Amino acid sequence: MVEIRFHGRGGQGAVKGSDILAIAAFKEGKEVQSFPFFGVERRGAPVTAYTRISNEEIRIHSYIYEPDILVVLDSTLIGAVPITEGLKQNGIVIINTEKKPEDFSFPDVSEPHIFTVDCSAIAVKYKLGSKAAPIVNTTILGAVAKVTGLVKLQSIIEAIREKIPFKKEENVLAAKESYEKLNLQE
Amino acid sequence: MKKNKKPKKVIIEKASEMPPMPASLGSMRVNKTASWRSIKPIINIEKCTSCMICWKYCPEPAILPTNPPEIDYDFCKGCGICIVECPFDAIGSEKEGK
Amino acid sequence: MKRVLTGNFAAAYGASAARVHVIAAYPITPQTTIVEILSEIVANGELKADFVKVESEHSAISACIGAQAAGARTFTATSAQGLALMHEMLHWAARGRLPIVMTNVNRAMAPGWSIWADVTDSVAQRDTGWMQVYCENNQEVFDTILMSYKVSENKDVLLPTLINLDAFFLSHTSQVVDMYNQETIDQFLPEYHPEIKLDVENPRSFGALTSPEYYYEFSYKMHQSQEKAKSVIKQVGNEFKQLFGKKYDLIETYKCDDADLIMVDYGTIAGTAKESVDRMRQKGLKVGNLKIRYLRPFPKENIRKVLSNTKAVGVIDRAISFGQEGPFFTELKSAMYGLDIPLFGFIAGLGGRDVSIMNIESMVAYMQNNDPKDLIWIGVKK
Repeated sequence: MVEIRFHGRGGQGAVKGSDILAIAAFKEGKEVQSFPFFGVERRGAPVTAYTRISNEEIRIHSYIYEPDILVVLDSTLIGAVPITEGLKQNGIVIINTEKKPEDFSFPDVSEPHIFTVDCSAIAVKYKLGSKAAPIVNTTILGAVAKVTGLVKLQSIIEAIREKIPFKKEENVLAAKESYEKLNLQE
Repeated sequence: MKKNKKPKKVIIEKASEMPPMPASLGSMRVNKTASWRSIKPIINIEKCTSCMICWKYCPEPAILPTNPPEIDYDFCKGCGICIVECPFDAIGSEKEGK
Repeated sequence: MKRVLTGNFAAAYGASAARVHVIAAYPITPQTTIVEILSEIVANGELKADFVKVESEHSAISACIGAQAAGARTFTATSAQGLALMHEMLHWAARGRLPIVMTNVNRAMAPGWSIWADVTDSVAQRDTGWMQVYCENNQEVFDTILMSYKVSENKDVLLPTLINLDAFFLSHTSQVVDMYNQETIDQFLPEYHPEIKLDVENPRSFGALTSPEYYYEFSYKMHQSQEKAKSVIKQVGNEFKQLFGKKYDLIETYKCDDADLIMVDYGTIAGTAKESVDRMRQKGLKVGNLKIRYLRPFPKENIRKVLSNTKAVGVIDRAISFGQEGPFFTELKSAMYGLDIPLFGFIAGLGGRDVSIMNIESMVAYMQNNDPKDLIWIGVKK
């Protein structure tokens, strides 16, 4: 079973992102589970969402304390919120940022693999959300597919078409672009 | 509303420190809910007749009973009820910037 | 047909698949989605039912009572405060022997104002005469709605069923659910044709003044039906297995046969507990899990049989009966009366607090290192 934890701010689509990833994996025949951290949610407040993907039935009904993969939709959360808490050794961290992986260090984590993509720029290019508050969830999922190999990009695309009500094709293009742009050299 | 001495923010973590039931000691004065707003109501003083219907309807209260009424932007959550209820269309709005 | 659904979607589609005739429900977080979906599919014709808009939960259950008495298959849904508001009419639905099926999203009772998972709301309705079942996952929610109509409508039962699912941990959590196909569901669940109903051609008086000469016997009969329900539940569970492949019973055992220590739980905690069992077994601990599905009728005999050969039992209650102990713990003790097995009563997860694998492992560690105790508050900050 793989456990993925999404960190974003209210309005960036972290919750929907966790759902789309689950649906993409479901389309490939996997057992899935996705849900948000159940607290009070507000625009701008930190949001955490979870996705579990497995070949067997998923029986756990509890938050993810030791994720294999972290997806960070908003890099300003790093340092403000204990994002990397519990990340497994050699865990994967995918960050939406203009910076490079070398610019990040997580001293509390054992040898993480860090990947970066400027999802905000891509989202703004395809007019997803506003310039000040781009919705980066679909964009970052392209990167997730490339880095983790958990799901094929095509499954993400189909899940996007199913779950996103407006600007379906723009969201698809955004996911494709981050998939292409993501540099697998850490 | 009378402003008594400024309440301090106290963080309570243990059952032994909590009151018997959830009864916050004046948190409504400390917890400024301005950040909840997505839409900011703005009173147009030219059109306003001080009928005070907005003050009556405001659920917070985030409208002060002054003449003309003033919106207390520390607490206004942007529900928009005042905009809807004003009989003179004297309350406009703008999007809350980030 | 498999889909990824939240618990609320599973509940709404379950009611739709059961071909209910009348729905009367009032929205309350975190059940609201159930009502929204049902009103949508009734409006667009997908579900041919009457959706009665009511102004409160008390009216919702009352409308169901009226419709059910007239011969309609009815459904409603609520949570915490809403369920409490229905209380008086819950007695009415049960003593009126009306096989209504209601979904309750287990949410904490206020104050403090909490929308999060806590089972005290449904436990507080234990004595109303309703059958009560607790679901571990969304597939079980969907399946249990279909089975509950069949059990409730059985002429030897004729009692309403309360189906419980944890707030957010099921209601707002997406999981894979197989919705089968409608033809097979129709084969499993026939139409509802009650013998006695409101009928102008054959008028009767319902629920009229009942003197001490007769009330006692009606109560006796109602209790006999709860007892009879135990075998009907088993039977319907077997029929369900034949058509859909998944078997359900009053309880569910997991690796209990050779277990030195058995955890007993219900709702989503049972799922996390089974995963915990496997992880602890990998470390050499012989642990098992007993999931209680039905609180009423309480499967005393089944529980006693499973637990009589183990060395320690720990019950995880996501509820508290103030002034006593965990409610399922008390019920279990009655099943274990006379057996000399150490029993531990854990309280966990009240008000939506997460119950993790680590919590469950700490409970097992406690049981290995301490004497039996009736009330152990997991994670309380004192």
